[in-house]
Amino acid sequence: MTTVAEKQLQTPRRPEPGTSLPVIAGAESFGTLTEQITSVVLTRPTPPFWYYTFAVGMAALIMFVVSVIYLLYRGVGVFGIEIPVAWSFAITNFVWWIGIGHAGTLISAILLLLNQGWRNSINRFAEAMTIFAVMCAGLFPLLHLGRPWLFYWLLPYPNTMHVQPQFRSPLVWDVFAVSTYATVSLLFWYLGMVPDLASLRDRAKNRFAYGFYGVLCLGWRGASRHWRYHETASLLLAGLATPLVLSVHTVVSFDFTIAILPGWHSTIFPPYFVAGAIYSGFAMVLILAIPLRKVYHLENLVTERHLNNCAKVMLATGLILAYTYAIEPFTSWYSGDTFEMAVVHNRAVGPHSWTFWVTLSCNVFIPQLLWFRKWRTDPKRLFLVSFVILYGMWLERYMIIITSLHRDFLPSSWSNFIASPWDVSVLVGSIGLFVVCFLLFVRFLPMISIFEMRELLPFSRPGGGVEK
Amino acid sequence: MKTEQTRDLVPLEALTDAAARKRYWRSLEELSDSPEFQELLHTEFPPNATEFLDEVSRRRFIQLAAASFGLAGLTACTRQPPEKILPYVNPPENAIPGHPLYFATAVPVAGVAEGVLVETHLGRPTKVEGNGEHPASLGATSVHSQASVLDLYDPDRAKEISHLGVWQSWEDFQLALMQSLTPLRSGKGERFRILTDTVTSPSLGAQIQAVLAMFPGAKWYQYDPAGRHSARAGALTAFGRDVNTYYRFDKADVVLALDSDFLACGPGSTRFAHDFANRRAGGDRSNMNRLYSIESSMTSTGGKADHRLPLRYAEIELFARDLAASLGVAGLTTSGSQNHPEWISAVSRDLMAHRGACVVVPGLHQSPAVHALAHAMNSALGNDGKTVIYTDPLEVQSTDQIASLRELVNDMDAGRVDVLLTLGGNPVYNAPQDFDFRARLHKVKTTIRVGLHSDETSVECQWQVPETHFMEDWGDTRAFDGTLTIQQPLILPLYDSTSSLRLLDSILNPPGRSSYEIVQNYWQKTNGANNFEQWWRKSVHDGLIADSALPPLTPQLKTDWAQSLSSPGQQGIELAFRPDPYLYDGRYANNTWLQELPQPMTKLTWDNAVHLSPATAKQLNVGNQDRVELNYRGNKVEASIWISPGQPENSATIHLGWGRWHSGRAGNGAGFNAYALRPSDALWGGSGLQIRRLDKDYPLATTQLHQSMEGRDLILSATAAEYKNNPDFVSHETKQPPKELTLYPQWNYTGYAWGMSIDLTRCVNCSACVVACQAENNIPVVGKEQVLARRAMHWLRIDTYYEGDPANPRAFYQPVPCMQCENAPCELVCPVQATNHSSDGLNDMVYNRCVGTRYCSNNCPYKVRRFNFLLFQDWVTEQTKLQRNPDVTVRSRGVMEKCTYCVQRIREADIQSRVEDRFIRDGEVQTACQQACPTRAIVFGDINNHDNEVAKLKSLNLNYALLAELNTRPRTTYLAELRNPNPELKSNA
Repeated sequence: MTTVAEKQLQTPRRPEPGTSLPVIAGAESFGTLTEQITSVVLTRPTPPFWYYTFAVGMAALIMFVVSVIYLLYRGVGVFGIEIPVAWSFAITNFVWWIGIGHAGTLISAILLLLNQGWRNSINRFAEAMTIFAVMCAGLFPLLHLGRPWLFYWLLPYPNTMHVQPQFRSPLVWDVFAVSTYATVSLLFWYLGMVPDLASLRDRAKNRFAYGFYGVLCLGWRGASRHWRYHETASLLLAGLATPLVLSVHTVVSFDFTIAILPGWHSTIFPPYFVAGAIYSGFAMVLILAIPLRKVYHLENLVTERHLNNCAKVMLATGLILAYTYAIEPFTSWYSGDTFEMAVVHNRAVGPHSWTFWVTLSCNVFIPQLLWFRKWRTDPKRLFLVSFVILYGMWLERYMIIITSLHRDFLPSSWSNFIASPWDVSVLVGSIGLFVVCFLLFVRFLPMISIFEMRELLPFSRPGGGVEK
Repeated sequence: MKTEQTRDLVPLEALTDAAARKRYWRSLEELSDSPEFQELLHTEFPPNATEFLDEVSRRRFIQLAAASFGLAGLTACTRQPPEKILPYVNPPENAIPGHPLYFATAVPVAGVAEGVLVETHLGRPTKVEGNGEHPASLGATSVHSQASVLDLYDPDRAKEISHLGVWQSWEDFQLALMQSLTPLRSGKGERFRILTDTVTSPSLGAQIQAVLAMFPGAKWYQYDPAGRHSARAGALTAFGRDVNTYYRFDKADVVLALDSDFLACGPGSTRFAHDFANRRAGGDRSNMNRLYSIESSMTSTGGKADHRLPLRYAEIELFARDLAASLGVAGLTTSGSQNHPEWISAVSRDLMAHRGACVVVPGLHQSPAVHALAHAMNSALGNDGKTVIYTDPLEVQSTDQIASLRELVNDMDAGRVDVLLTLGGNPVYNAPQDFDFRARLHKVKTTIRVGLHSDETSVECQWQVPETHFMEDWGDTRAFDGTLTIQQPLILPLYDSTSSLRLLDSILNPPGRSSYEIVQNYWQKTNGANNFEQWWRKSVHDGLIADSALPPLTPQLKTDWAQSLSSPGQQGIELAFRPDPYLYDGRYANNTWLQELPQPMTKLTWDNAVHLSPATAKQLNVGNQDRVELNYRGNKVEASIWISPGQPENSATIHLGWGRWHSGRAGNGAGFNAYALRPSDALWGGSGLQIRRLDKDYPLATTQLHQSMEGRDLILSATAAEYKNNPDFVSHETKQPPKELTLYPQWNYTGYAWGMSIDLTRCVNCSACVVACQAENNIPVVGKEQVLARRAMHWLRIDTYYEGDPANPRAFYQPVPCMQCENAPCELVCPVQATNHSSDGLNDMVYNRCVGTRYCSNNCPYKVRRFNFLLFQDWVTEQTKLQRNPDVTVRSRGVMEKCTYCVQRIREADIQSRVEDRFIRDGEVQTACQQACPTRAIVFGDINNHDNEVAKLKSLNLNYALLAELNTRPRTTYLAELRNPNPELKSNA
């Protein structure tokens, strides 16, 4: 007499069409899957790698806190900003972090609607990444205000001054876009986690854990009514989140396109920014996934299939980006506008031309390696390429902001931007914030969706998937 | 505890008494309360245990701790310090709070005055405006007049009388002065010397003369480091007597400037610029004057010239001689250099064609020979009395100041001086280097210094007496043409200070009269008018004494004047000293407005530099901001290089007035000290400078890093001939999109519509507008580091562009205030509505609403917005608070600001016009920049009324909007620059 688990383990799985790489490697049952994922949180000892990275992240976070205190004490002038380059690192960081967030929503919402089962192994931590990235992003527009304590004036609220935000300004659109995005992402993430939190509650080894997960799982009992509502809510939220993937970065790109500044004032920015966001987001997913699967031995759940698929998405979005890089100078030249052409010229050979060429190398030239299967599936190589892309995407935003601002219409106000140490410390510090948050997530919450992984197993299909 | 000891503690006889006193007792020992018992109580614990000596008990400690915590919360309720407000018992006449009063006085710069009106708010002078009736001002001001109000409130001024650094009272000082002077009386005061800077004040002159009469053996010396040494020597050569020369540019068709920056610097420049600009851009511009400039460094005047020729300092003399010879000046031979023959022939033909309507202007720092040659040329061209006016010297006593100071120094060195009274000046800092004034000063028994600042000279003198600022006391002074002004005080002296007049009077008639009595007394005696009181009131009120200009003279050239000319030799790199356009000889070194005011051509702030031509710099292998060691005749100084287009080859220009070490917190250490290189026999320069490159960098803070227009149509210009042939060239060169090309509905301006017109032909880059704007609008100074970080706060800047050959480029000036665009890009992007359009077309900035996203600045194509990146305003120094304009918000950290078209003045006029039930008249509202502008380049007003001057100017075919193609529809527009080159002369046209 075989147990259900043994039966499950023996169930043969059909190869998926179009790929030889499996989504779940090896034989798994519901039980083994659940055990593997929950044990990271509940039973297995925290690996040393976690402590090392946490220490580094915490150090960076402390630097962030110190920098922010100094920033609030002295004023926003501690950054390298000036006239004409009144925006620099902070806005670059904002766009970069927001962009990173995009992959999470794309994976969890769009791929869900497109019925891409393979996303089930990576959607949970990708969503967490989104939350933390948006959190980091949201800090920057606040911190770089001249008077940060008055940030709430950007929100419409009834007040005795009878003054409301100026709705023609893209910065106000930003407030709505980003806050909506953060809310929907957070809800989606949490909602998706509820059944898994219940699993953790059920397997909790002590009262504290039991209470903690018990409160968080909102009394989930796994009843079919629960599942039905959960499924509906997930789909609804996915439907809500899908347009957000496109809209948020479109609105962020409006921060630039609405301005009349040559180099910013361009209609191609919305698709360009969305593609860039997904590009950098997938790079971040890979940067997180590759060490995680190694350290927590999750190679059977996050397989080469996932790496391969993410790499393909990066290749595709990278090509869109390459197209925009090519078309931008063309439209400048085609417009015949002196100022537009001057920006293109300045980007290519001006004092900050290194940013242009490094961006081009990082985002266009080096990622072409992903055409090779080996670079898509070998974790180390892929990690390297992802890292290069992530850096390139930061630099691209930096280039767009700096090279457009520092030489605009009147040569008399041209300048040469120099960053201050505080610019760098806040950027590095925000990465620390992200790392700390993410590591805490990995330690205390299920980093891979248990119930969605179970759905991938053949016997979760109608009929249990068992051959008669 | 030993038992016998315990027993001893209870003297039974004491118990009965004690029992009566003490109600409760625990032991007999306690009841008896004997000293032994007390002793025991304190030594209760074993010998080595530490005694707790703190008097505070535990209970008390907890009480205090609780109270501290409780009271800590109370700190939130700050108790305001008591301030008593006393109403006037008898309010001063016309003093209405909120309405400023204006008083006439005059700002003296090196003894030459400019008449001004000073705006006072409830007794605080806040702003200087020109006096329209004064010939040196005509309503406009120089940078120095504008900045003089900040000098008044300089927190680093000398504040108290001191002797060897110890505070003394005025009475102590008077006593000491008497004690040191009395013994000298026997020797008729031979050992008593007075040193002043140039004295033009008649009453001060009379006082000094009276002191000299009292001490017949005493001597009076005058020294001004940047004075008219050469002009005096040149006049002596040409005429055999000293004369004061000034020019009537309003009558000159052709102007030849021989190393003269008459448009922006020097006595009378405000008036000269006004007259020059009126001749240049007056009427329908069909009769423009022409300016040739031959100069040894790039100046505003050179940049304005129709033809500019960079020549080394010494070569200018040769050029002048050749030109004079070709003009037919008698008794002169050419230098034989044969340089620039095309220039000589073209310029001399042009000058000859305008006999009696041309003028040759030598620079104050040029050699005496050039001055003499200029006199001869003007005389040969029949300009005397027409465009060139000679008068008696302005000084009370014209002296050869270098010889005078040399004599004093020698006497001091020989121990022949017992008392040296230094009134003003700063000889320790600025005397020629070979005089070694500082060391010799210490050989004088008693040294007394009266000075505004506790400066280099003050700290070397024994007695330091603070001098009153001219706004604090009475005085009199002369303008460039001799017009006299009686200076009236606007505020009581801020510190325990005295005027030179009063100090001298305390020697003459102890204990001395007030300055008011002295000045009034002097004029009562001199004037002789029947109705003195009326004359006095009128003169003080008007800011000038009517018809007091010196009468013109007609000096005759000496027959043998040309004999005395010598040819200068030249080898190696030439060094040229120039007074700084803003700091002058260094007296304004602690004036932060002038320190941070971008230098006219280089836009440098907070530093001077060694100006080299691009080719010479390349030859010497030095670049911008490289640190070098200058070695001139063995004297060495460390300096930084600035490559200046238009500088002659093999010539280095350095500006005096920098590198002070005891000027105050702003001036100390700014720049390098050029006086350390300056010998008494080569005051304005000479050859043989050695430049050695040091391997270090020294950052120089400039507000304009890029001086090329990059081929963009930012400044439109044409020659007079081109304009005549193609009067509509401006409309061909600009692309103005149709007005309807906007998503938003058009606003109909039914009332006022404010606008500004800036005539680029008139602007001479003097920067008076920039300082005026700073003074009017409470604009903070940010310091060198922040200028380097590109955070200077000036609301109005003058962009200076070069075009053409770097060796001798053409220069263009463009003042850029806020354009007040009708389709303002800044308004669209502000998320909190902090910048909005007013119904009369102003682009308003609401500081209180600004959260500081800086998006507006990013979207401003003109980059006129300024941001308070840090706390730039000084909220601490009491003195600077007094200077602030109460009508303008003082901005704090984190908000954006920009030019407002002086909205406070518009609103004030608006209120006044409503009270009087009328419209605002044309010219009733003047912006601060407009008011200060000597050339009337800036005109402001309501463009809705077609009779207004600004509306007329905007309807000219020269009118254009900067970056019109962006469809921002600026309210500030420019009139294209016209130049009038000589068709004969191809170069640098």
